[in-house]
Amino acid sequence: MEIRNYTMNFGPQHPSAHGVLRLVLEMDGEVVQRADPHIGLLHRGTEKLAESKPYNQSIGYMDRLDYVSMMCNEHGYVLAMEKLLGIAPPLRAQYIRVMYDEITRILNHLLWLGAHALDIGAMTVFLYCFREREDLLDCYEAVSGARLHATYYRPGGVYRDLPLSMPQYQSSPWHNEKETAERNRNRQGSLLDFIEDFTRRFPAYVDEYENLLTDNRIWKQRTVGIGVVPAERALALGFTGPMLRGSGVAWDLRKKQPYEVYDQLDFDIPVGVTGDCYDRYLVRVEEMRQSNRIVKQCVDWLRAHPGPVMIEDRKIAPPSRTEMKGDMESLIHHFKLFTEGFCIPEGEAYAAVEAPKGEFGVYLVSDGANKPYRLKVRAPGFPHLAALDEMTRGHMLADVVAIIGTQDIVFGEVDR
Amino acid sequence: MAHSTENLAARLARRFPAISGSEAQGETTAVVERAGLLEVCRALRDEAEFRFEQLIDLCGVDYAGYGKSTHGEGGLTAEDVIEFPDYPEQHWSGPRYAVVYHLLSVALNQRLRLKTFLDDDMPRVNTVMDIWPVANWYEREAFDMFGIVFEGHPDLRRLLTDYGFIGHPMRKDFPLIGQVEMRYDPEKQRVVYQPVSIENRVLVPRVIRRDNRYVTPVAVNNNGNNAHGNS
Repeated sequence: MEIRNYTMNFGPQHPSAHGVLRLVLEMDGEVVQRADPHIGLLHRGTEKLAESKPYNQSIGYMDRLDYVSMMCNEHGYVLAMEKLLGIAPPLRAQYIRVMYDEITRILNHLLWLGAHALDIGAMTVFLYCFREREDLLDCYEAVSGARLHATYYRPGGVYRDLPLSMPQYQSSPWHNEKETAERNRNRQGSLLDFIEDFTRRFPAYVDEYENLLTDNRIWKQRTVGIGVVPAERALALGFTGPMLRGSGVAWDLRKKQPYEVYDQLDFDIPVGVTGDCYDRYLVRVEEMRQSNRIVKQCVDWLRAHPGPVMIEDRKIAPPSRTEMKGDMESLIHHFKLFTEGFCIPEGEAYAAVEAPKGEFGVYLVSDGANKPYRLKVRAPGFPHLAALDEMTRGHMLADVVAIIGTQDIVFGEVDR
Repeated sequence: MAHSTENLAARLARRFPAISGSEAQGETTAVVERAGLLEVCRALRDEAEFRFEQLIDLCGVDYAGYGKSTHGEGGLTAEDVIEFPDYPEQHWSGPRYAVVYHLLSVALNQRLRLKTFLDDDMPRVNTVMDIWPVANWYEREAFDMFGIVFEGHPDLRRLLTDYGFIGHPMRKDFPLIGQVEMRYDPEKQRVVYQPVSIENRVLVPRVIRRDNRYVTPVAVNNNGNNAHGNS
């Protein structure tokens, strides 16, 4: 009798392929011999598009890279521009950015946790996670007008200051007056009040997820000892973020190469031991708690320190509408900025932020024009997915799903 | 950070006299000859004073339109280029392609950018996969996007573009709208490719303004004066 390996196609229309992953698996029975991810089904040529647009018009494209950690992507791009321009945003803008980076981290990890648990067979966590995401997306909406693709960070600061009131629910045939009043209860004050209320509630929510998963026998059977990556190998494979920390390397850009005001804040970096899916789960859950701490500290600081959120340099930051209507020079600046944009001095820079998935870097080459000469996005998910072959080899087919889940793959950033 | 990058440039110069290094915005850049690339990379990974365990990023750059103000994109045809007679622009005179490596040392907390320039007609360079396995997909991407051939790469296939794609989209002479479009043909009952029917539309020309605030001493000398700076 002859036994042959057979080839199996996984995706691109598979619910646990997290988007448009096409995976060609070479199987020996139910054991994976080789995994060959075919990517690029979501390739939109973001880098090419950015070369044809003025700098400030590409910020919105960054949101669409990793579309579950939107503001962190903007942050990387904006930092690269600021590095070449030699400007720094006002302190208040830096705190706002850090606060929203951490809100984004919680958003990302919530989606990851929900989707990962759903992949492995736990339904409830998914529903719980989306409950909390709703509140945080409202914070996005309150500040930028958009729930996902915010385009809120700008070179020199953020688009506008935090609003003093939260949008409220309206009563409808599905929610009567009484219910609506209850839903609006924590929306009576400013955005900061709402966020602070969230930070008070959130640790208990994380306990809920942990109750469901951390000591759950099935969860452990599916994740402990699956997709083990030793620390040395994780470094060689270009892992960053929770994928690297899950393997026991205490590396976090927020601590090691702090940007904005991370060096002013008090938080810890969780590190795994064995480098399996379970450790990476624990790392991410603890990161949510730490992010919550950071958000709380930012709220306290922002309450006490009002001030500008954008630099005053009119060659880079547009004037306010009222200024523009009454002042000729402001009108010229406004016109120039929104037609031609600003030029960035010749040079090249690489700016990296600790995005929820790992190091999100932007390599910017400028020849002095109003458009980037070359923009390279270093997406954290790209090397992670590249290592899928190595991580899944010798595992069962069902574990492939767990490993894709633990990598926190989002195709917007892998394909770009 | 500033202290450690300063040391890094000095250490590089001492260890590799042939490498030209520079510093800007707190980042160290080193330009390496294509021939000696692997040797340098291996030393940078293994030697105690560098210890770059991670290749954080690898990408290609096409310098064909560098330093040109253009109406459209690329600036590869004479009609496309906007001339500013008052201050002649400094066009790129070096090789057209470059590969840029971003290295990170977790142990020593330092970063380095390595650059190597390639021949125009047949851009090729040795693969660094044996040094950093992560280079596998990065090199496939650079091959796909720029047509740079990485010699010794075991599996140099296209990565991001479609099956059967022709051309290298990130090159400056590749149009933004692409060459072909795809549609479903009801008669043939399958998807067909045909030349693009849309026109390239550029809303904002690409201009280089000499901004007084950023004019470097070199630029002042070349222009004679910097009074034309306009932003």
